[in-house]
Amino acid sequence: MGDFAKKIDTFLDVFINQNGYVKVLNGLQNTLLIAVLGLVIGIIIGTIIAIVRVIPKYKVLPRILNGLCSFYVGLFRGTPIVVQLLVFYYVLLPLLGVRISGVNVAILVFGFNSGAYISEIMRSGILSVDHGQMEAGRAVGLGYWTTMLKIVIPQAVKNILPTMGNEFIALIKETSVVSFVGALDLYVAFSNIGSNSYEFMVPYLVMALIYIILVLIISAGIKLMERSLRKSDRRH
Amino acid sequence: MIDVINLQKSFGEHNVLNGINVKINKGDIMCVIGPSGSGKSTFLRCLNCMEDPTGGQIIFNGVDIADFKVDINIHRRHMGMVFQHFNLFNNKTVIENIMLAPVHIGLADLKKTKRQNSIIKLTNLFRSSKMKKELSPVTTDKAQIKQKAKENALALLDRIGLKEKADVYPSTLSGGQKQRVAIVRALAMNPDVILFDEPTSALDPEMVGEVLDLMKDLAKEGMTMIIVTHEMGFAREVANRVLFIDGGQILESAPPEEFFGNPKHPRLRDFLSKVL
Ligand SMILES: Nc1ncnc2c1ncn2[C@@H]1O[C@H](COP(=O)(O)OP(=O)(O)OP(=O)(O)O)[C@@H](O)[C@H]1O
Ligand SMILES: [Mg+2]
Repeated sequence: MGDFAKKIDTFLDVFINQNGYVKVLNGLQNTLLIAVLGLVIGIIIGTIIAIVRVIPKYKVLPRILNGLCSFYVGLFRGTPIVVQLLVFYYVLLPLLGVRISGVNVAILVFGFNSGAYISEIMRSGILSVDHGQMEAGRAVGLGYWTTMLKIVIPQAVKNILPTMGNEFIALIKETSVVSFVGALDLYVAFSNIGSNSYEFMVPYLVMALIYIILVLIISAGIKLMERSLRKSDRRH
Repeated sequence: MIDVINLQKSFGEHNVLNGINVKINKGDIMCVIGPSGSGKSTFLRCLNCMEDPTGGQIIFNGVDIADFKVDINIHRRHMGMVFQHFNLFNNKTVIENIMLAPVHIGLADLKKTKRQNSIIKLTNLFRSSKMKKELSPVTTDKAQIKQKAKENALALLDRIGLKEKADVYPSTLSGGQKQRVAIVRALAMNPDVILFDEPTSALDPEMVGEVLDLMKDLAKEGMTMIIVTHEMGFAREVANRVLFIDGGQILESAPPEEFFGNPKHPRLRDFLSKVL
């Protein structure tokens, strides 16, 4: 036990006196940035794909778009996220001659990736809204897109909110691989602290705790949001 | 006002409407009856192209709206529709349900006028002073459109005695209240005609009356209505013409006295003997 106490002392020394906390805060910021912006990009891409996939397909253009979207979803769901990160960072961007930081690459790739997953969630959300809602919108002279955006999507979003919360939690956890493209996240921060002191047990334990706390906070937030939404159902 | 010429509709191999011909004049109250699956709803839904006809023409105010080239949304503004299951927008309050389309369309028209005006202004720069084109007058603004729609919606709610429900969500209304709101939602567009698809079939019996009463009021005011219904008493009392559809064809079309008193087609006689 005395051994463990010593390890804690070593960790605290690096964490506090050797500016370890700066790295951790920086890493935490990047982890959250990648997850939050990734989710935002994912929601935008996912919603567009979901709408394309539920459009009636009598005409050629919707069919082509639908094919493209299926391909996109298949591609991003069919390969590991690490492979996607590596391909973007070391293959695609150099080929295009673009230089952007690891964090930005991670934001983009996580956005594209979660877009594929969110499109499926959103599609089931849209399909769960009674078709009569679309018909009523069209019957008063609103266009397909107007009805979709003003009537159907808001109801779909409400239905899928819990699933979206889970997607966000999954995203937070998955960002722990972004060091593959040189982004400094929570994992990198703690592993640096470990290498500085040749002592990894406590840093990784603290890292695990931080991830758990993050997830707990988000879960609580989702619960609150769900409750307030249900309240608006019962209003008056 | 609506001239249906040889209307046909099939779902794949299944021919549901086999050449419907009918004329609807302003002020007509036309009830449509027939056995289940005979194509009544399909007929009604073809009139505003909720189902795209697979053949024939629907001439509405002089335009064939069955033609894919017309912008159907513009014509639908003049044709209200009331559904069996109300289909109020669940994410909008009662008053928002009524205001949504008028506001959206008012704003869209305003935007369009302004856009056209800026194009005219731009091209005017290159015209000689005599040739300059006039701008279309912009007589309203966003706030005014919303205000007008709101006043109109409140007046409509007042008319059906549901003014105090303006700010509640549809989920808290009874079936009869929902259907009456759905009817005034259609009215808010000032339509030339309202299409009803079994407006009372999903209601508890004690709520049928309030909806039929509202429809009778509209009929008295001269609203043109096409009503698919199983309410024979209502059809007899209010309609000025009753259609019998079976097998996707109009088998009988007559004023109610004749339709119910002296039915000619054997299948109509058979049908009436079962339902009356
Ligand atoms: N979207 C659709 N796809 C395929 N078949 C359809 C579709 N809509 C209707 N039909 C078919 O068309 C036929 C006529 O249906 P319709 O709903 O017009 O009948 P209806 O006279 O309104 O009957 P009800 O009194 O039961 O409402 C039915 O056989 C139905 O199965
Ligand atoms: Mg029907």
